[in-house]
Amino acid sequence: MNSKIKKASTHISQNEGLIFEKSSPGKKAYKLPPLDVPDVDSSQLLGVLQREDLGNMPEVSEIEIIRHFTRMSTWNYAVDHGMYPLGSCTMKYNARVNEHVARLGGLAEAHPYQPERISQGALRIIKMLSDQLIEITGMDAITLQPAAGAHGEMTGILLVRAYLESQGNPRKKILVPDSAHGTNPATAAMCGYAVENLKSNAAGMVDMASLEAQVNEDVAALMLTNPNTLGVFEQEISKIADLLHAKGALLYMDGANMNALVGKVRPGDFGADVMHLNLHKTFSTPHGGGGPGSGPVACKKILEPFLPTPVVVTKPNGMLGFDYDRPQSIGRVRMFYGNFGMFVRALAYIMANGPEGLRQTTEDAVLNANYIRKHLTGAFDLPYDTPTMHEVVFSDRVQARNGLKTGDLAKRLIDYGFHPYTVSFPLVVPGALMIEPTESESKEELDQFIDAMKNIADEAENSPDIIANAPHNTRVTRLDETAAARKPVLRWKIKLNEPELVTK
Amino acid sequence: MRYLPKSQSDREAMLSDIGVRSVDDLFAAIPAQYRLTRDLHIPRSYAESEIVEFFRDRAAENGQGYSTFLGAGAYSHYRPVVIDSLVSRGEFFTAYTPYQPEIAQGTLQSIFEFQSMICELTGMDVANASMYDGSTGAAEGLMMAVRVTGRHKSVIAASVHPEYREVITTYARHQGMPLSTVGYSKNGRVDLEALDKAVDGETAGVLIQSPNFFGTIEDVSAIADIVHKKGALLVVSIAEAVSLGIVRPPAEADIVSLEAQSFGVPLGFGGPYCGVMATREKFVRQIPGRLVGETTDRNGKRGFVLTLSTREQHIRREKATSNICTNQALVALMCNIFMAIYGKLGMKELAQQNLAKAHYAAQEFKKSGAKLTFDGAPFFNEFVIQTNNDPHVINDKLLDQKIVGGFPLKKFYPELGNASLWCCTETTTKASIDAAAKEVAR
Repeated sequence: MNSKIKKASTHISQNEGLIFEKSSPGKKAYKLPPLDVPDVDSSQLLGVLQREDLGNMPEVSEIEIIRHFTRMSTWNYAVDHGMYPLGSCTMKYNARVNEHVARLGGLAEAHPYQPERISQGALRIIKMLSDQLIEITGMDAITLQPAAGAHGEMTGILLVRAYLESQGNPRKKILVPDSAHGTNPATAAMCGYAVENLKSNAAGMVDMASLEAQVNEDVAALMLTNPNTLGVFEQEISKIADLLHAKGALLYMDGANMNALVGKVRPGDFGADVMHLNLHKTFSTPHGGGGPGSGPVACKKILEPFLPTPVVVTKPNGMLGFDYDRPQSIGRVRMFYGNFGMFVRALAYIMANGPEGLRQTTEDAVLNANYIRKHLTGAFDLPYDTPTMHEVVFSDRVQARNGLKTGDLAKRLIDYGFHPYTVSFPLVVPGALMIEPTESESKEELDQFIDAMKNIADEAENSPDIIANAPHNTRVTRLDETAAARKPVLRWKIKLNEPELVTK
Repeated sequence: MRYLPKSQSDREAMLSDIGVRSVDDLFAAIPAQYRLTRDLHIPRSYAESEIVEFFRDRAAENGQGYSTFLGAGAYSHYRPVVIDSLVSRGEFFTAYTPYQPEIAQGTLQSIFEFQSMICELTGMDVANASMYDGSTGAAEGLMMAVRVTGRHKSVIAASVHPEYREVITTYARHQGMPLSTVGYSKNGRVDLEALDKAVDGETAGVLIQSPNFFGTIEDVSAIADIVHKKGALLVVSIAEAVSLGIVRPPAEADIVSLEAQSFGVPLGFGGPYCGVMATREKFVRQIPGRLVGETTDRNGKRGFVLTLSTREQHIRREKATSNICTNQALVALMCNIFMAIYGKLGMKELAQQNLAKAHYAAQEFKKSGAKLTFDGAPFFNEFVIQTNNDPHVINDKLLDQKIVGGFPLKKFYPELGNASLWCCTETTTKASIDAAAKEVAR
């Protein structure tokens, strides 16, 4: 092991096959209580609709399940292990109290259709979170229904469309900057709009001349991430909003990077008409290995009548309840009321912080990113030297001369005990290294990360093979993604004479 | 702030390293007139003990200790404690999407197992890593049918969950996907004659739910014959996943959209839940969402990766199969653990108990004078009864006994009058069934 690798060292991890491979007839991990009603003859009740058998579902015991999932868990890197600087993903600390309160019986066991009079606690949580997110964004109204960021984007663009239709013309196009997340154009297409690409200028911001040339009566909205995916705050933001508004178009703000703004500036104040938030980024609800998320959409007054049904209202008797009578609503975007469990966690996060904590959080997130930028500039190419906020984007231009791409450098970072940054995004930077530390990193962790990155830059010059073959200390080496896609094996199937792949 | 790992002197050292005087210099890009110069108007910072107390109070306002007959798309099943014990491991819940497979094999292998078990249970060839929920999954199922067939129209059974239908309406509106509805017959199943008329050469997909919103199990193979005869695809939505333990899977379907909440996911006032889509191998390139596939590393060792991602938004942008990105991974892990716990024997035994409880309740309700609205077709753990009294009145009486009664259907099906939908699971006691039977008689 390289003596320069300080944060990580090798350790034993257990091998573990698939759950199916542990199965043996008759093993059980469950016990049901005795049936307190007469049993029924299922074949008589269901006839031909009765299921014959359950195929190759596993049969295992409880201890095997505990070990199975515990062993697999040790193969993951997580925020709990250390810095997870995935740009645009905001991998911050997930507070344990949030998990605790989300599991309280009265909340976790509440049925979505239980009567309103025994749902006042849940409704109060929805109302409080709504009010606080409205204040944080500087908007006038909100829906918590969308299940994730992309779902929020869809909801927001449907609001735009419904509003424009009410004005007589839904229009045809959505403008999307070339630095945008892929969800933006995909969303616009799902909402029946054509997508028009918008160029960035040399400073990495929206090119005002292009925008002026492209905004016309066919444009419904611009979908803008601010700060954008380079971490750059769009300084001309109010001019952008004015330009759009002058032509009757709206400004949609993708709130993926809201962690750079909370408590410092409010999108509603600088001209955004509608935006989504990612509770699983900015408001610390856990990413869970890829969800669940939650993507509330906040908007200005003009869009409020179109919000999804139902909305929570205070009824004349002072009780909270749902209002379904919303004739101009875009309709539902999902069943029930959204990912309520995430609302509980996000509200607990806001309560733990308070106004000062939220502001300090934002300041620390921006401080951390700028600290990394300061120390890695030189070792890595900085394609845009515009000031950045919560994340910084380098390129692999220097290392590419030795044949090493951003993806290779990322794999080497794993050996140093860190999760890689976001690789090859945004697309406007060829060979991008997109680094977002978040506020959750101590100076010590940042210094270790900086050391690791500088060592990797040295290795790229002096021992490029180490990088090309990284990672060296993981349970598996680089995996053959091409083979996985060419002949997809997407499920386990029972095989005779199965080879012992795991221990090979 | 206790979540922030820096002292004031750390911050000052870093600022001076960067070469700025104060942190506000780092926010200089924000035009001065928009900078917030006041505190946000939100409550002060709370101590952990205060936060716990606050949410305990909210939980108490929510009413606890009720037994429930509510189903209607969200089912009250027992959740083995092993589930929360395992998903509470930080290695699982504080990880991101497994984009770096070398340090995400735990998440990837568990998704592969999830996909495999969903295939075993649904009779499909491939399943994805998850969708947001059953409602959006059903909408995406029909969008997928449009992509596969190149046709545009869809037909939806009126016995599909009404909120699913509302969601599909929202999704379809601007995608050039005309929708029509086909009614139910006297036994609560899809009206086959009406279906035959509704499906034509321009129909891309037909969506049914089984067991349907009334709890009735559809004759999937008869429906599939009608749908396939016209070259359309059959999308089968399953809202009560526990039914798969004893009800024949919809093997004739082309696409199955499952809501797996019943597999160990808390009711949680409606979410997060776990949608999942499964389909035939030949349609795999049109499926939305993430897929995990098996491969090998450079030493030939088995490992798992996200695969076939050229379908997805981060590669394909506006031409992607869906805009879905974040899905329900941790909830899918709960389902995976649940399926492993019950397994081949338990899934069946669990479903058998649900069947027995619901049939006991239906029989007791009948004895008390309530009528079964839909007779003559099998049901799983939900059924509709017709009462003399308004079901809201009955439910108010039951609520005083800490029992939440069945779901009144008038809101969604005015033609059904005083009908209500009752659900019994393995957690429903004989005592509460007997108590409810007394009230439905009044």
